Amino acid sequence: MTDRRMFIGRALAGASTLLLSGCYDLSEKPWFTDILGKVEDLTRAAQHLFAGHHTLAQEFTKADIAPVFRANGTTDPGTSEYQAHVDNGFRNWRVAVTGLVEQTLSLSMSDLHKLPARTQITRHDCVEGWSCIGEWTGPQLALILAAARPKSAARYAVFHCADPMTVEGDPDHYYYESLDLTEATHPQTILAYQMNGAPLTVPHGAPVRLRAERQLGYKQPKYVQRIELVDDLKSIQGGNGGYWEDQGYSWYGGI
Amino acid sequence: MSTHAAKTQPTDTLRTALGLAPSGPHYAFRRHSLWVRVCHWVNALCLVILLMSGLNIFNAHPALYWGSGSDFNRPALMLGAMQNNAGQITAGVTSIGRHQIDTTGLLGASKVDGQLSPRGFPSWATLPGPNWLAMARQWHFAFAWLLVFNAFVFFVYGLWSGHFVRDLTPGKSDIVHLPREIADHARLKFPHDARARRYNALQKLAYCFVLFVLGPLIVLTGISMSPTMDAAFPILPWLFGGRQSARTIHFICAFSFFGFLLVHIAMVILSGSWNNLRSMITGKYVIHGRESDHD
Repeated sequence: MTDRRMFIGRALAGASTLLLSGCYDLSEKPWFTDILGKVEDLTRAAQHLFAGHHTLAQEFTKADIAPVFRANGTTDPGTSEYQAHVDNGFRNWRVAVTGLVEQTLSLSMSDLHKLPARTQITRHDCVEGWSCIGEWTGPQLALILAAARPKSAARYAVFHCADPMTVEGDPDHYYYESLDLTEATHPQTILAYQMNGAPLTVPHGAPVRLRAERQLGYKQPKYVQRIELVDDLKSIQGGNGGYWEDQGYSWYGGI
Repeated sequence: MSTHAAKTQPTDTLRTALGLAPSGPHYAFRRHSLWVRVCHWVNALCLVILLMSGLNIFNAHPALYWGSGSDFNRPALMLGAMQNNAGQITAGVTSIGRHQIDTTGLLGASKVDGQLSPRGFPSWATLPGPNWLAMARQWHFAFAWLLVFNAFVFFVYGLWSGHFVRDLTPGKSDIVHLPREIADHARLKFPHDARARRYNALQKLAYCFVLFVLGPLIVLTGISMSPTMDAAFPILPWLFGGRQSARTIHFICAFSFFGFLLVHIAMVILSGSWNNLRSMITGKYVIHGRESDHD
């Protein structure tokens, strides 16, 4: 009986190994990952069909705000430049709007504060599976982009951030992300400078982070310094539209 | 009388158990239509891949919660690891509410390249084997689409052909026979004569539960985890008590499917392995006795 049980156990483990190594090999075959990429396009098209341009993410009440909001990814950029910004209260911090725009912009924090702000209590969904509810305040990105007057060729907004993902000073490895213009101009897409009524803390992306409430957390970069409008993502860093996308994550982050 | 004598032969008992044709009178009939057979195997493939890639996704944050957000101090379930002062992983711990169970080697911590490592589910149960959230998600979503497409085909076929009404809907006689069938199943007594031409009441209830309750529930709770779909259909997370509740229910559904799968395979083996398996491949199913006897 024990022998038989051992045999069955080994047979199952063997079958699992065969299946797993087969799937692992498939995961590295270009033809197969191409199919998975097509599925991502299908998911995105289907979700756009259902969600449209302006359906809003659910907004919660103050009572729902999480007592502990987990800070994931970079919790301190740690560069000397960033530390200098922290030390003088981000007075010299600029958010630039560049690329395919008629009017490039360079906005200080006080410029951002002068714009009409939107406050929203929303659920932050991490790709890992957890969620936290928090209150965010800041101007709608649509407002800022409208001021820069995007050229008709512009298709994506790329967010360049201050947190280096590898060695300090390596210009190619700062965190970056991108959204299509539908998501970038969504009413709940804001440049948040406040969280739960207080200025953003360093772990949460001080002085300003993106909130795109219909997207997963990695699509909402912290420490935003420059917003570049482009017609194609291929020429930026790894060419996949974001730091995590260059590590194999899907560009479409609505699921 | 001779038929009865033949049935009690020891070799015939074995043949029946293995699902081979008995030495006595028997006849074949087409038990499953081509549509049912194709949908069954596509579904089986999807379920295995979805379960294993789902476990890999779960490993990225091996804890479950109730509500909209995650109360990290009060997980409903957590697969955690203990480490000593030197930073070595010493044990895997499964926490359910306030109860903690040592599950070293299986849940919370298991061996990766011979080294005990923090892992929700062990590498032999996840797809891909290593923790690889990005790839596991892509597999999961691809086969979720296939599952839904397959289910759509099956539901259209089931309604249009009458399969659901004719073969799956429990009738009055099913309810009447239910206690008897439970007793027979418990003693592993399965009919091989004309009664085996139809699903019994337990089969009907199990298949209906999986098809019409568990299936829709796992798809809807899955969709409820997508922030864009939640914006499109705010009723979804509301229905399940919030996104984290939906994730927890999704997990419970997945393991209900797994439980169904184990019982299903056990029943296939115990009630005549080859006859059952063949009927789902070629459609042919052998019934003991003479066909004319039952008309």
